[in-house]
Amino acid sequence: MSEHILSIIWLTPLVGMLAVMCLPKGSKDLIRYVANGFAVLGVLVTIPMIRAFDSSNGDFQLVERFDWIPALGAQYYLGVDGFGYLMILLTVVVGWLSILCSWASIQKRVKEYYAFFLFLQAGMLGVFMVLDVFLFYVFWEVMLVPMYFIIGIWGGGKRLYAAIKFFLYTLAGSVLMLLAMLTVYFKHEEQFGHYSFALEDLMRVAAYTGPEMQFWLFWGFFIAFAVKVPMFPFHTWLPDAHTEAPTAGSVILAGILLKMGLYGLVRFAMPMFPKGVTDDLTIKLVAVLSIVGIVYGALVSLMQKDWKRLVAYSSVSHLGFCTLGLIALNPNGIAGGMLQGFNHGLSTPLLFLAVGIVYDQRHTREIADYGGLANRMPVYTVLFAISLFASMGMPGLNGFIGEFAILRGAFEVSAWWAGFGVLGIILGAAYLLWLFQRVMLGPITNPKNEGVRDMNLREIVVMAPLIAGCFWIGLYPKPFFEVLEPPTNKLVERLDPAYFGGNGADETAPEDRLAELLAAGPPAGE
Amino acid sequence: MFFLESIWLIPMFPLLGAAIMLLLGRRLDAQHPLGPPEDDESPGHHRFSPGRRVIDILCPGMVLVSFIFSVGAILQLQGVSGHSYEVVKWTWLAGLDSGTDVGVRAFTAEWGFLLDSLSSVMVLVITGVGFLIHVYSTGYMAHDGGYYRFFGFLNLFLFFMLLLVLGNNYALLFVGWEGVGFCSFGLIGFYFRKKSASDAANKAFIVNRVGDAGFVLGMLLTFSTLGTLKFTEIGPALAAGGFQAEDAWGPLSLMGLLFFVGAMGKSAQLPLHVWLPDAMEGPTPVSALIHAATMVTAGVYLVARSSDIYVLAPNAMLLVAVVGGLTAIFAASIGLVQYDIKKVLAYSTVSQLGYMFLACGVGAFWVGIFHLYTHAFFKALLFLGSGSVIHAVGGEQDMRRMGGLKDRIPVTYKTMLVGALAIAGIPGLAGFFSKDEILWKAYSSHHLLLYGLGLVTAMMTAFYMFRLIYMTFHGDNRVDPATHVHESPRSMTWPLVILAAGSVLAGWIGTPPVFGPVHDALPSLEHWLSSAVAVEGAHGGADAHHSALLEWGLMALSVALALLAIWLATRMFRTERYEGEPMHGLLGRGFHEILLNKYNVDEIYGALFVRGAAKGGGGRMAAFDRRVIDGGVNSVGLLTRMSSSLTMFFDKWVVDGIVNVIGFGVKLVSYPVRMFQTGLVQNYALLFLIGVGVVAGYYLFR
Repeated sequence: MSEHILSIIWLTPLVGMLAVMCLPKGSKDLIRYVANGFAVLGVLVTIPMIRAFDSSNGDFQLVERFDWIPALGAQYYLGVDGFGYLMILLTVVVGWLSILCSWASIQKRVKEYYAFFLFLQAGMLGVFMVLDVFLFYVFWEVMLVPMYFIIGIWGGGKRLYAAIKFFLYTLAGSVLMLLAMLTVYFKHEEQFGHYSFALEDLMRVAAYTGPEMQFWLFWGFFIAFAVKVPMFPFHTWLPDAHTEAPTAGSVILAGILLKMGLYGLVRFAMPMFPKGVTDDLTIKLVAVLSIVGIVYGALVSLMQKDWKRLVAYSSVSHLGFCTLGLIALNPNGIAGGMLQGFNHGLSTPLLFLAVGIVYDQRHTREIADYGGLANRMPVYTVLFAISLFASMGMPGLNGFIGEFAILRGAFEVSAWWAGFGVLGIILGAAYLLWLFQRVMLGPITNPKNEGVRDMNLREIVVMAPLIAGCFWIGLYPKPFFEVLEPPTNKLVERLDPAYFGGNGADETAPEDRLAELLAAGPPAGE
Repeated sequence: MFFLESIWLIPMFPLLGAAIMLLLGRRLDAQHPLGPPEDDESPGHHRFSPGRRVIDILCPGMVLVSFIFSVGAILQLQGVSGHSYEVVKWTWLAGLDSGTDVGVRAFTAEWGFLLDSLSSVMVLVITGVGFLIHVYSTGYMAHDGGYYRFFGFLNLFLFFMLLLVLGNNYALLFVGWEGVGFCSFGLIGFYFRKKSASDAANKAFIVNRVGDAGFVLGMLLTFSTLGTLKFTEIGPALAAGGFQAEDAWGPLSLMGLLFFVGAMGKSAQLPLHVWLPDAMEGPTPVSALIHAATMVTAGVYLVARSSDIYVLAPNAMLLVAVVGGLTAIFAASIGLVQYDIKKVLAYSTVSQLGYMFLACGVGAFWVGIFHLYTHAFFKALLFLGSGSVIHAVGGEQDMRRMGGLKDRIPVTYKTMLVGALAIAGIPGLAGFFSKDEILWKAYSSHHLLLYGLGLVTAMMTAFYMFRLIYMTFHGDNRVDPATHVHESPRSMTWPLVILAAGSVLAGWIGTPPVFGPVHDALPSLEHWLSSAVAVEGAHGGADAHHSALLEWGLMALSVALALLAIWLATRMFRTERYEGEPMHGLLGRGFHEILLNKYNVDEIYGALFVRGAAKGGGGRMAAFDRRVIDGGVNSVGLLTRMSSSLTMFFDKWVVDGIVNVIGFGVKLVSYPVRMFQTGLVQNYALLFLIGVGVVAGYYLFR
């Protein structure tokens, strides 16, 4: 069993999906229990991974590797390092909570809903553990399908527009990635004489690819990931998708799907094309787009009248921080960017869950329809406030740790980056506090809000683990940095061998240097 | 060394109190969980419910325990060489390696606590004054709902404030810094049903965030330049780096500037002062504790804490001094004309904070801390006194509707008078020593303009304080006759008396050297602080150039001017009847109007930043998203749909057309053939026979 830990993790929700599909359509509660059971099981099966994972090791661990389509060189090749490890943990927890939070709010087509959700869960977990680029592409695309249906069937008023926009935006980005992927794949065959999609094989191609080629290949991947992140100006699918999706869908979108873009960058795009990402133009362009995203997202958030849209735009701003960190290309920037991605995966789902709790009662997302909720919902007020302050980067909560590390990384490159970045800190407080004021404070002006009830136990249970996570990272982030440090340093070293005072001026041939770096590479399959 | 080992516990007691309030408070204080409805003016009859008793004892008690631990630790600290003791609990921020000017350093910060002479002064002020204000609040807040919420926030505030001054590095200081900002937000907006209260809370937090952005950048620059954020390592790093005083704007000056931007936010200095007057929306004990005695002085603490950096950055110091001096006179001038008793005190606070920065800016960091310490006594006293007045007259804050209260609330009157004399700089009282030391340092640093600003501000201070005293306590009674004016309960008057005693005595630990034997006999704050803050700094030794006679002369001058101002206030406001606006004669109607409108800073900011940049920019960007980006996406969609209908047309009429034509042709050709395929055996047999006949005929007749 122990050598198949990762397979078990991603297959568990898939088995859950099959189980749900076998149940009779009418027995809704039974379906709910089974789906939730598998969601909890999905969390439990990560325990062996947590026990087996060695955070001091920067290599891929728990590797599983078999031939899949030998003719193509495609393999069933799984493994995790610190980046994937954190994302898998985030996925199982947020996935479980979003299944739990759907209990009362989803009443139509319950069976299909949970089946799609479990399917989605399996696809997302797969993305975070595959090391074969072909299989990655399969997971990456397959995951769109259940999300499309979740938005399109259980969403709000403009759900079809949002679903199609989401699907096509992402697909359009992926096409470029596919092209870049195939180019590298054929280049690899040209150079080494056999076909392979394995990540470390394709990484070797970089040494034989000119900077200009790498630049274009990087951007091929980058645009696919930038759509997913989403970076300005590829972000407009996000407000529609977030707003129209059911609560659990927004939670998954914000919590996990956006992180796939970040993960894709550090796992594939950056290590595969080191010269493409260290290219001056790339760095400048990505940094500028990130900064624009930070300020732009925040300012647009300020003006939203729709509660969920506001939170959606805040994601654009927060993810701008993450990409700014990544493109700083130094340890604090990259680790901070990934950690901030994780943080965003805790705090933004909290904000969406908070919307969901009152949406279920009042069926409106207009901020103007609320006001004075604090009078009726003391527990909710406290939890919502914690979520807000976590999101705006209050020290002692998680957001600050990520932001500070990112800003440190950005400052190392240019004081101007950090200088513009801190604008997000100011504006973040503005739009979130103004939201809080309009929704929670003041007297109750709308008589329909007189009857709102405070949170019930299930709603508290859904929010509690995320809030605990916010405090944990805020007060004691060391374990997280320990997990992120080895893969981050490895990546930085690949991008800039001189960073740690290494042999930057060394005249070793690129192949040799890479071979050296890869000597400590992934161990063989078994 | 028990107390020194346990300095990390000092903040934990109030945290415990806050946690209990958050988790159990609603059970202890069942009435009105979120405050009474707006129209509920009923007297506090649930004051003696057993749950409230628990809160009354628990929350101030936690602060008292902290105070005892602080005193114990400070007594033990005197035996420690260097007057500095550090307790490190665990690693907090565990950032990765980072390239800095001094090589690769791990970007880390600890949960570490540092008690040295500087933080000891702060800790005593915070726990001491904090305890008195907690006790006062049990009386003041007795009528309000949300009692547990109030005390929970107040205890949480003390936790963060103590963390701020005990943290051993900038990052941990920043945790406290933001934490107190959060509590301030919660307490300004305590009456959250009032829009003005929640507006003020938001404004306070957001304006502070502007300062925080500067603080964060300052920390990043510090780490980049010196490779550490730990206070005890800053000095050695500066020495090891061989930094010299910078003539131009070098990295150290920028650090100083950025930290000062942070301080501007927290300590309400120009141009970020706008939030503090609005913060008076909070309950009065909050104004006293957070917005006068402790939180707003955090900026001064930050500057003093960074004194090692500032002394090498004369430009930054000059900036601090100039901004401090300008803020002092700017705020004092607004304070001259305000009618709201708390607004007068709020502007006075801004002005006094300016004084503290003025002191720091001319290199007298210890004097800045000295004034911080004396100010905590008399300003807390004045605020609590004003609270007692407001309490007595049923919530009225406008001084035009007070007057003649001195015999009806005598304890409040007498203690406030002491506070007013102290802040006015009457010799022997606390404010005299610290303010005169600031003026003297400003003078002896050769910044005569700054000295002049300070002197004029001192005059204004004396004037507006006595205007406040006369309008409130003397003259005709203008209180709404329906109000039952009553002296406050003992829980409120005792803190006033103790603070009044402090306002008299607190200054004697900072007597100037010209006092000769008196100075030698008393403990010296200057000496105590010399281990933690740079003494004298850039203008060191300036004292020596001036004679003692000059110092006595300047002292006499400032006292004389203060007395003159008090005399003027007496002439104008100690009248039988308060009629018209006496200030019109002094200032002129137009200028009075400008001061009353606070120089219109709020309106300008509103137009520039709120409506201009934020809402205007945000609105335009949202439109950009909708029109341009989504317009592009949607038109691509539309184009795709159009082209797909074109292809559909092509498919339907051309491709399918050809197919259909072919099909039709086949059909046409097949038509006669089909006629034979009837499916009837007889027909087939007939055809067969005919066929046989034809074939046979062909062969036969060939």
